Amino acid sequence: MKIKTISRSSDDYVPVKSTQESQLPRNLDPALHPFERAREYTKALNATKMERMFAKPFVGQLGYGHRDGVYTIAKNYNVLNKLATASADGVVKYWNMSTREEVCSFKAHYGLVHGLCVTPEQFSPNKNENYMLSCGDDRTVKLWSVNTDDFSSVKNEDELVSSGSGIKKTFHGDHAFLGIDHHRSKPHFVTGGAQINLWDVNRSRPSSNLSWGADNVSTVKFNQNETDILASAGSDNSVVLYDLRTNSPTQKFVQKMRTNAICWNPMEAYNFVVANEDHNAYYYDMRNLSRALHVFKDHVSAVMDVDFSPTGDEVVTGSYDKTIRIYQVKHGHSREIYHTKRMQHVFQVKYTMDSNYIVSGSDDGNVRLWRAKAWDRSSVKSTREKNKLEYDEKLKERYKNLPEIKRISRHRHVPKVIKKAGEIKQTEIDSLKRREKNERRTNKAMEFVPEREKQIVGFVHKYKNEKDSRDGSRHDK
Amino acid sequence: MSDITNRPSDSDRFRGSGGKYDRSSSKTKRQNGYNAKVKDKKLKAGLKRIDQQYKDAVSEAVATEYLLPESSGFLEAENEMEKTFKVKQDEIRGAVDSSTANKALDLKLREFGPYSLNYSRNGTHLLICGRKGHVASMDWRKGQLRAELNLNETCNAATYLQNEQFFAVAQKKYTFIYDHEGVELHRLKQHIEVKHMEFLPYHYLLATAGETGWLKYQDVTTGQLQAELRTKLGPTTAMAQNPWNAVINLGHSNGTVTMWAPNMPTPLARLLSARGPVTGVAVDRQGRYMATTGADKSMKIWDIRTFRQLHTIENLPTPGSGVTISDTGLLALSRGPHVTLWKDAFRSSKLARPFFGSSGQVERNTPYMTSIFPGNRVTNMQFVPFEDLLGVGHQDGVRNLIIPGAGEANYDALELNPFETAKQRQEQEVRTLLNKLPADSIALDPNVIGAVDKRASAARLNAKDLALVTDQKANESKTNQDIPQADPSVKGKNSGLRSFLRKKTRNVVDERKLRVNALLSKEKEARQRNEKVKRGEIEEGHTDLVSEALSRFG
Repeated sequence: MKIKTISRSSDDYVPVKSTQESQLPRNLDPALHPFERAREYTKALNATKMERMFAKPFVGQLGYGHRDGVYTIAKNYNVLNKLATASADGVVKYWNMSTREEVCSFKAHYGLVHGLCVTPEQFSPNKNENYMLSCGDDRTVKLWSVNTDDFSSVKNEDELVSSGSGIKKTFHGDHAFLGIDHHRSKPHFVTGGAQINLWDVNRSRPSSNLSWGADNVSTVKFNQNETDILASAGSDNSVVLYDLRTNSPTQKFVQKMRTNAICWNPMEAYNFVVANEDHNAYYYDMRNLSRALHVFKDHVSAVMDVDFSPTGDEVVTGSYDKTIRIYQVKHGHSREIYHTKRMQHVFQVKYTMDSNYIVSGSDDGNVRLWRAKAWDRSSVKSTREKNKLEYDEKLKERYKNLPEIKRISRHRHVPKVIKKAGEIKQTEIDSLKRREKNERRTNKAMEFVPEREKQIVGFVHKYKNEKDSRDGSRHDK
Repeated sequence: MSDITNRPSDSDRFRGSGGKYDRSSSKTKRQNGYNAKVKDKKLKAGLKRIDQQYKDAVSEAVATEYLLPESSGFLEAENEMEKTFKVKQDEIRGAVDSSTANKALDLKLREFGPYSLNYSRNGTHLLICGRKGHVASMDWRKGQLRAELNLNETCNAATYLQNEQFFAVAQKKYTFIYDHEGVELHRLKQHIEVKHMEFLPYHYLLATAGETGWLKYQDVTTGQLQAELRTKLGPTTAMAQNPWNAVINLGHSNGTVTMWAPNMPTPLARLLSARGPVTGVAVDRQGRYMATTGADKSMKIWDIRTFRQLHTIENLPTPGSGVTISDTGLLALSRGPHVTLWKDAFRSSKLARPFFGSSGQVERNTPYMTSIFPGNRVTNMQFVPFEDLLGVGHQDGVRNLIIPGAGEANYDALELNPFETAKQRQEQEVRTLLNKLPADSIALDPNVIGAVDKRASAARLNAKDLALVTDQKANESKTNQDIPQADPSVKGKNSGLRSFLRKKTRNVVDERKLRVNALLSKEKEARQRNEKVKRGEIEEGHTDLVSEALSRFG
């Protein structure tokens, strides 16, 4: 007779010394884990509730803000914690976001500062010194140098001979400038205004005029990956794409309403998102401008600014309805809405370069710092804590469609005004849809326009010789 | 030795892609077919990815089996002449190692018997309950007594709650909860004359049943009485929980076994399992099989996934008093002084039918082990979690029988840990409290949450059919299809038309109401006419020409 019984030696399972970890054997046999899914669901529900409990999006404001509305914010693409802002009274401030204090502040222009950008690293003399370009109503573009002490221990090869902060150069133009952006690698910058001009930093006059049509260009934006591509938006509701290699505009499309801002996807060089006056932001592929890839809805007033997270999978928008919304690129509706009692019309929103924070500038003169993930904390976490958070994320994702979890994770408190406006807007949209449906009932030939094409009036390609130019306007089809 | 035992299980383990780890082998096939139908590329890619993740998880789980440190026990005959059921406990005790032999606890308590016993969920503690009021909680492996109570009244049952820190005792009238030192914490005055108790660990519910015929669920975290269910079947004679879905199975004196969930006032299922009172019920740990014994000397084995009867054993020498099923699927039956165990009794093959007796053909499923308590009676049995032991409570105390191959060899320390420290116990308690499942989520299918409700018409029908159905429903009242047919064969009061009128009691006389009234009078006429025909006053084909002629004016 063969006999064997389970005999566990407690030496194997019970720690001998107090410093020893106790043995925790696992057995993945599902028979030992009843109610697997129900328990997982409960965990997911708890994780979702915890997420909402920890959701405190507002970090604070930078310093004491500006004395007038903040209408321009420029990211420093090379340093994580630096930021430049400019306000309507012509003052430019440079901020240290980690201390939330200003590094320097100076009056740059008479009147509004319309454009501001921090030049790439290779154009500043050393790491402690950043160059900035600003432009404004006073028909000048100014090149500034700002000193920071961040890398004071870093010795440059040829001794830190800093010429000190202050104005380096002034470029005079013929018209008020409305937007400015610097080329990623070449010493060129572009200004918008009555016409769109390409400048060389070393020359005092614009090197070329890229205008196509004669209307005001309100915003210009260089592509940071495909560095010679440039997009501009004008007050004639058009968005124009340019190629600096041919030194000419390439494509143009016109929407029903004005575009307020443009942002290129930092990961997919050919995609960009535009903030539109019609309460939506539109995501386009520059290879096919006949329709938007996505429409980001939810705002109840004009979208004033839009910015991609450096990871390229989220978009933040600021709106005239005094709220900030965050969208996932693959979803048409926002996953988050931020607002405070005192925040006025939001004119500028920018992701920080680590994609953990969002900076907003608004009419009330404050520059606010927000968390990109409202429940996330940037404190140092133990491995156990990190694992738990990762596990919770996965659970939330897995059970996100279950009604209870969906309800809790979607719930946001929204100011009454915005809620009301949203309801009114919904009624309007519904009645328009109903009307269209009724019309379609009698008019079978009525064309069906997809939601992603509705905003487009037409688009044009421009080639070297004008004869080949093809009109792709939808209404000509 | 171990390679012999591992062989069959190894082949079983690697038979399919995942064996026991594959939780929905039939479903995945369907899911693949569904994948092929999906048109949305994004959705298709997502489904494919999830499917792949699932497959990976299964194969990884299979791969971890190599890491399991322990192997399960066995008792095997070396030649055909040897029979495992002839092995005596003394022989086993002599053959196994001393640590196991020491676990064969034998407490002789002649004064307050008969005793029933209960092991804590991780098997570290033993709670014994003498019918005459002797209750003791002990760390039985170390031989330390934790609490001892002499209650001086009848004690019918005792059970540990979530861990060994609390236990409930069903006393003469009320049920009480005591802590680990034996201090009375609560008197559950709504649980009266309880005979059987079960604790549902994941829902933190204490379920009791007894003389009153009520099944009551008490939430031990909030102290609320979650549900009171009236069985309407008289005193409950047996009780067992299904550990897989937390459904309570009750045995009744009319031979039925009913399955209960706290959110349903009626049983989820009802099985006729004996021709006399049911004396014992047991469910295996994966909720697949149920064994019952009856006072009619029968034992039955059910597949409770399909509610099909697998085996019936009639005419036991004496009626069984209780059954229990081990983690590895051993079936233990107590019958007077006897304890009999079978292996592999849950296969549907006829050869797996537990055979009572030693003689007969070779392929019969003869008992795996037997044991006898001479001049005694077994009151209850419980397999010790994660040990090769069967705890038996009898009239003169309690005893652990060594049953090789009865226990789960490899425990999961994050689920239940037999070697847990106080700190681990506390953390585990907090964790399980956070993940406590709501009482009303108990259902026959424990995975119902997160599954697609295929019965919902929106999920079952395609868009076209759904539109048709909803359209029909909306237009039902317009086309008067909801008005029942006139049926002269029913009596006046029971007429469907009348009850339809009663439901629509609005004091409005509209076209529909007139129509129903007309139908009703027509029905009445037809009925009266039928009666006349029956009485022979008029013949079948008789037509009343006068009334027919006048009816056009009515």
